[in-house]
Amino acid sequence: MDFGPHLFLACLEGAITAAVISLTAVGLSLVFGIMRVVNVAHGEFFMLGAIVAWWTATSLAGHPAFGFSAALVTAPLVVGLIAIIINRLILVRLNYDPERTIVATIGLLYVIQQTALMTFGPDARPVEPPFNTRIAIPWIGFGDSGFELIWPWGLATTTYKLAVIAAAILIVATVWLVISRTRFGLIMRATQQDGEMATSFGIPVRRVYAIVFAFGAALAALGAVLIVPVQQAHYLMGGDPLLLSFIVVIIGGLGSLPGTIIAAVIIGMSDGIISVFFSPTLAKILATLLVALVLVFRPQGLLGRRRA
Amino acid sequence: MKQHNLHGSVLAVLFLAFFVMPEYHDGVFARIMVLAVYAVGYNLLFGYTGLLSLGHALFFATGMYGLALPMQHLDMGPVPAFLTGLAAAAMMSLAVGFLALRTTGVAFMIVTLMFAQAGFLTILYFGEYTRGDEGFVIQQADRMIAGLDFSDPTTRYFAAFCIFAAAFLFIAWLMRTSFGKCLVAIRENEDRARMLGYDVQLHKLLSITLSGVISGASGAAYAFLFGYAGATFASVQYSILPLLWVLLGGAGTTIGPLIGTAFAFYLVDFSSEITDAHLLVVGAAIVLLTLFAPQGLAGELRRRLFAWLP
Repeated sequence: MDFGPHLFLACLEGAITAAVISLTAVGLSLVFGIMRVVNVAHGEFFMLGAIVAWWTATSLAGHPAFGFSAALVTAPLVVGLIAIIINRLILVRLNYDPERTIVATIGLLYVIQQTALMTFGPDARPVEPPFNTRIAIPWIGFGDSGFELIWPWGLATTTYKLAVIAAAILIVATVWLVISRTRFGLIMRATQQDGEMATSFGIPVRRVYAIVFAFGAALAALGAVLIVPVQQAHYLMGGDPLLLSFIVVIIGGLGSLPGTIIAAVIIGMSDGIISVFFSPTLAKILATLLVALVLVFRPQGLLGRRRA
Repeated sequence: MKQHNLHGSVLAVLFLAFFVMPEYHDGVFARIMVLAVYAVGYNLLFGYTGLLSLGHALFFATGMYGLALPMQHLDMGPVPAFLTGLAAAAMMSLAVGFLALRTTGVAFMIVTLMFAQAGFLTILYFGEYTRGDEGFVIQQADRMIAGLDFSDPTTRYFAAFCIFAAAFLFIAWLMRTSFGKCLVAIRENEDRARMLGYDVQLHKLLSITLSGVISGASGAAYAFLFGYAGATFASVQYSILPLLWVLLGGAGTTIGPLIGTAFAFYLVDFSSEITDAHLLVVGAAIVLLTLFAPQGLAGELRRRLFAWLP
């Protein structure tokens, strides 16, 4: 394959990473922005989403599309419920203290991961995609008779992968609409700006926190359901999305939603492209150093505004 | 006076324990004492200075590879290699401290985490020399100083004892100096310490460097005494473990790190007889500690029984 088609394929893979990461990162960013809680166990919510999706899809007989659609409902619900329980049992008791919640969610990370290992097992398990037609992509080449359409070997994608990208865009747009246009979004923004003032206006801040935490976890789970037909469910799969979401949230500016989405696209695409053309390890070294240096020298993020 | 008695008797018990305990526990305790040095280093920064780092594995691994790589590839002797390890850890912690201390709170935690992750990935990236996850063994023939074989359990136990005693007494001494008292003042109220005219930034930088050197010493000693260096020791898990040990034993106490390390070791040892998922126990312990005993074992003892506990 020539460089052009190869790059295009890398961009397409990058776009899928970007789609999934934008869902997990928006969840992480909402939780941090509104509750000031850095949830280190966020990647495990992603992993739980994938496992619930596998479990739903295998326990329902019939066409794969049926099991998959059921998983789209059960995974966010189950994971959201788990998040509400965690919020009640742990975060509320710690009074949402930023440093102590980080330590507690580190503990949670191990608890969830190892529980998954003991129940789900160490194997990677696939979920069948609801539809999966291969599409060959044409490329404009320069032949004997001038420019012409060619069909390079290997330059192809599947309808499912394109649907993942479309679904992610749809979900993120919905989240944005909910936050900027609805009454609940207004309450969320009020809580984010000044929790005490919101309380004195009669907003049940504690309940908002519980809903936001569940909502963030559900978004991660939804991202996992989308990716699990492409990438199998595994008990260690939470690590990479966690790291990437952290990078995205920090570069985009902690708690800034548009920044997070733009950063997700940039980081997802460059992760895809660098991993195809260079070593994935090198890509991660550069990305982690970039995050550290952004936090040191530009703590409001590349796109964020400095808080008063 | 009580403090001197306490520290003396802790060391005496550790010294005599070798002759009393069964062989298996001697081996476990050699490991515990070396890793307790790591916890002592972590405690200096977290317990006394109040800075929560999530990237100490970087310093531990820098000490470890600072000793192991020159021994493996340059045929360096153990003593100069140990000093190389300490120097490397000092430089690494100074550089990380210089950058990371520009941030505070949650940002400090994430910056240290990211630097450690970059360090871990760098070790994997140079797999040709470090052998990555697989790691490499330091040959028994190289682990000799002045005719003493440090792979022998008895020599190893007392080497571990010596290095633990050095770190333990150093911290006990340091915390009685005006420097140590200033660190505690920064932990308690940074603004007030600054208002009183202390150079807070400089004290923090020195604290992180000392903490890094002690952690690096532990890493170098671990590689030398147990003859192995691997990338696992640079992973996130090894940044979390000293936090767990110090939280468990009691942050900001002299004996906390040792108690915490020993307790965690036997907890994992005990639970691995029941289940393979010993990290589950680690995770549950962390959650329960943050919820119910943020002071740790020694902290609870101090709160309930012995107010004089250092």
